[in-house]
Amino acid sequence: MAFATSDPQVGSPALEQSAVKILIAGGFGVGKTTMVGSVSEIAPLRTEELLTDAGVAVDDLTGVATKTTTTVALDFGKITISPQIVLYLFGTPGQERFWFMWDELAAGALGAVVLADTRRLDSSFAAIDFFEHRQVPFIVGVNCFDDAPRYPVEAVRDALDLDPDVPAVLCDARDRESSKAVLATLLEHLIDLGTAARA
Amino acid sequence: MEYESEFDISPGPLVRPFAIAKGRTRPGRYDLDMITLVVALAPADRPGLMPEYAEILEAAQRPQSVAEVAAAVNLPMAVVKVLLSDLIERGDMIFRSPPARTTQRPDPKLLQAVLDGIRNL
Repeated sequence: MAFATSDPQVGSPALEQSAVKILIAGGFGVGKTTMVGSVSEIAPLRTEELLTDAGVAVDDLTGVATKTTTTVALDFGKITISPQIVLYLFGTPGQERFWFMWDELAAGALGAVVLADTRRLDSSFAAIDFFEHRQVPFIVGVNCFDDAPRYPVEAVRDALDLDPDVPAVLCDARDRESSKAVLATLLEHLIDLGTAARA
Repeated sequence: MEYESEFDISPGPLVRPFAIAKGRTRPGRYDLDMITLVVALAPADRPGLMPEYAEILEAAQRPQSVAEVAAAVNLPMAVVKVLLSDLIERGDMIFRSPPARTTQRPDPKLLQAVLDGIRNL
């Protein structure tokens, strides 16, 4: 029971498992839900969140701040790691301008995989910027679509202007072993970052 | 008029969930996250239970994340958190928050356990 606690603020110790999450991000159609589905033990589920963007516009006549509420859908899967730990994989919603204001999605994430498509690398810039700003550690997975040109991973790194310490790997999001390898690369990177921080 | 047709087509997907939660959008005194795990302590077939509560209890007879419960009952997570808080307050459910972090970085033992788990899939 390594992560057990009796602190009433965090809930009941009778529930032995606790959950962690990893985000799978990237532009529209880059294979996020495909990757979630290839490693998840359940068929990907879809849920919705209501995001409230409060006080952006103030009505001149009444002075009342208006709120806009947007519904954003996300797909997710699940991997039971051990009797104590369950891992959730959340594919970030396609509507980027909305998930960027979704604080809870990034908060507490172990890390993220930014998927990239060599035909549309620019569609992954926004996710990279987001994680850099939020200091969420991430790696890049270059999803090798059958009909996309193949580039050496170094060329993709340069095109994405990645920091030298951010791993980038080629992958096939449809393939379970390949997706597992991407997640393992992320975890190794997270462990390395922790080791470096304590050194 | 465009406004009219819009309302005609879709009067409720946002209104109804908030009506279920009695207009509340804050989850109350429990700090429920999308990956907070919950499990029902009570059966779902209790007479007089509001259908949405019964559906949540039914969905969480085994430990589930808030996100999974929301997907199962087909309601937005913000609404489900309010309803879960009600059920927790009544003692019908218990919850478990994600592991707390003492530093900015996750516990190395936790990371190693996740890595081992992925490799062993």
